[in-house]
Amino acid sequence: MYSPSSDTARPGRLLRYVDALREGIASEMDRDPRVFLFGLDVDDHKAIQGSTRGLQQQFGRDRVFNTPLSEDAMTGVAIGAAMAGFRPIHVHIRMDFLMLCMNQLVNMASKAHYMYGGTVKVPMVIRSMIGKSWGQGAQHSQGLHALFMHIPGLKVVAPSNAHDAKGCLIAAIRDDNPVIFVEHRLLYPTEAFVPEDAFTVNPGRGRLCTLGDDITIVGVSNMVVECLRAHELLADVGIQAEVIDPIWLVPLDIELIVNSVRKTGSLLVVDNAWTNCGASAEILARVAEQMSPQPVQMARMGFAATPCPPSPVLEHEFYPNPAKIASRVHQMIQPDVLWEPNKDRAALAYQLQFRGPF
Amino acid sequence: MSQAAAPKLDLSLLYRKLLLIRCAEEEIARIYPSDKIKSPVHLSIGQEAVAVGVCDILRPDDVVSGTYRSHAAYIAKGGDLGALFAELYGKDSGCARGKGGSMHLVEMEHYVLGTSAVVGTTVPIAVGYALALKLEGKGRVVVSFFGDGTTEEGVFYESLNFAALHRLPVLFVCENNGLAIHTPIEKRWATRQLCERVGTYGIPAHQVTDSDVLKIRELSLDAVAEMRFRNRGPAFIECHTYRWREHVGPNEDYDAGYRSREELVRWQAIDQVSRIGAKLDPDERERLESEVEREIAEAIEFAEKSPFPPPEELYTDVFSE
Repeated sequence: MYSPSSDTARPGRLLRYVDALREGIASEMDRDPRVFLFGLDVDDHKAIQGSTRGLQQQFGRDRVFNTPLSEDAMTGVAIGAAMAGFRPIHVHIRMDFLMLCMNQLVNMASKAHYMYGGTVKVPMVIRSMIGKSWGQGAQHSQGLHALFMHIPGLKVVAPSNAHDAKGCLIAAIRDDNPVIFVEHRLLYPTEAFVPEDAFTVNPGRGRLCTLGDDITIVGVSNMVVECLRAHELLADVGIQAEVIDPIWLVPLDIELIVNSVRKTGSLLVVDNAWTNCGASAEILARVAEQMSPQPVQMARMGFAATPCPPSPVLEHEFYPNPAKIASRVHQMIQPDVLWEPNKDRAALAYQLQFRGPF
Repeated sequence: MSQAAAPKLDLSLLYRKLLLIRCAEEEIARIYPSDKIKSPVHLSIGQEAVAVGVCDILRPDDVVSGTYRSHAAYIAKGGDLGALFAELYGKDSGCARGKGGSMHLVEMEHYVLGTSAVVGTTVPIAVGYALALKLEGKGRVVVSFFGDGTTEEGVFYESLNFAALHRLPVLFVCENNGLAIHTPIEKRWATRQLCERVGTYGIPAHQVTDSDVLKIRELSLDAVAEMRFRNRGPAFIECHTYRWREHVGPNEDYDAGYRSREELVRWQAIDQVSRIGAKLDPDERERLESEVEREIAEAIEFAEKSPFPPPEELYTDVFSE
């Protein structure tokens, strides 16, 4: 696991993604009495896989509470409370459930500040978790961030490691706008160095994860980790990939990506979502516009253009993985040479270790 | 919290509000064909009594939430009239700086929460605001105005349930004009027992079938006192009312075939503007009428003289910086 460079001087200690989320929430709730957290199951014994554990005991039932299964109204409740000066965090254990919130998110949360002439603010965080593997199936696995990227007024962030999970969550809570916070279930047990004190990973700033001259690889959410393994596989055969984690999808650090592509001349975007009209399409389009008229070799990978099936063989086909990413890059850089990455080296321990039910 | 003195009934004030809304709406209808108003307008003519009756008993720091047909609620709560007209004209001095329009009125100085064009959307937001007010603990309340169509949306029942569960200080007011655009209630509701439906959530529910502004006022007064002073949670009032003009736009549409002029005549016979006006001394009435006329003329002049926002204003306030 790589250790992301931090904005703070203190290196911190190794912390799991799930604990970093909880620590970020606790730190902000402690600092700001206007922050409250609610959502289905936030106070049960599973505590959103542990990411909300102990918060109700620490901050009380007024500030940490469960809800009815009323995602539409609960999103409106968050908006109303935010307009009244509070800073709600609304938690969804799967991103798929956000489809029940679309009217409120798209028609109100995103537009209220603009449509009401700047007289109201809607500072709210929508936490949502993408599921993967162990048969999650078609409605527990969707990466729907692109739907929200399309809407002016929403910020979208998809941290790929524990450090950014805490830093982005704190930044999102302090932001005066609605933020769609995209988590990934498989990242929950992964560890990174995380400062103990509060810190922010600010909107619009991505990160160079590795340096390389041969190709730029942009990964989104969990795919950052898969791209980093692909980077190692490629290094075995002398291909130096520059891996970028945009972290924030809106606002997007396009300069970081363009500057890298100016150096490498090639770009592969690997999204944790479908490619059609997705984040990968947007990134390629913006790079092409900014690089024009200079041609750039470009490609993208993402979910297969199908719903996600639960059967393991089909599910394996559905997702990009380090071997597929490395093969794709190799085809782009050395199209005349046949190469297969080492399958054992391509496996990711944290993904092999994951067991159900969810 | 101790019980404050109940707001006193002042018929002059009530009449002034009713008349201000009626005349402002009629002026909007009059100006509309000139194309100076750059916004689809859903006029409240005929429905004034609901907003006026409810808002008359509110404190200035109470909050109202409405719909795309909410000129009445905006004015009844004390929203600035010049800013309303300027908003309809698309001017920079509009209540939403020309970025909202008639369907997205807002006036946070007088706690008019932003309204929405999508039916039902503002109800849970009003509930969320009420949650904040409960946490704040100063006895403020929210009034959520909506139409009969909203009660067909799932989010309405989600909102009722949550408000009742947490005993939130929110008064739900259904302005039941019997029409969803042009579709009558007979084609939309399996039964008419709306109050019974709401009552199953443990929410006290009342019905006013004749739009009597004094009855609406009295019911609101009692309901708000219960939530303000005794923490009793939400209440509901269904007010039958009648939309005199077309769904959107300045005209009548009784020749369209979906309703009859006889219906209008029945409602005009119990028109609350005339009814309350008739209770006043003629001199007082005349004085109020000229005051209202002047206020509207000033509001229109303000709107006409205000500048449009500069083109670059398009890009401001997408995000709060």
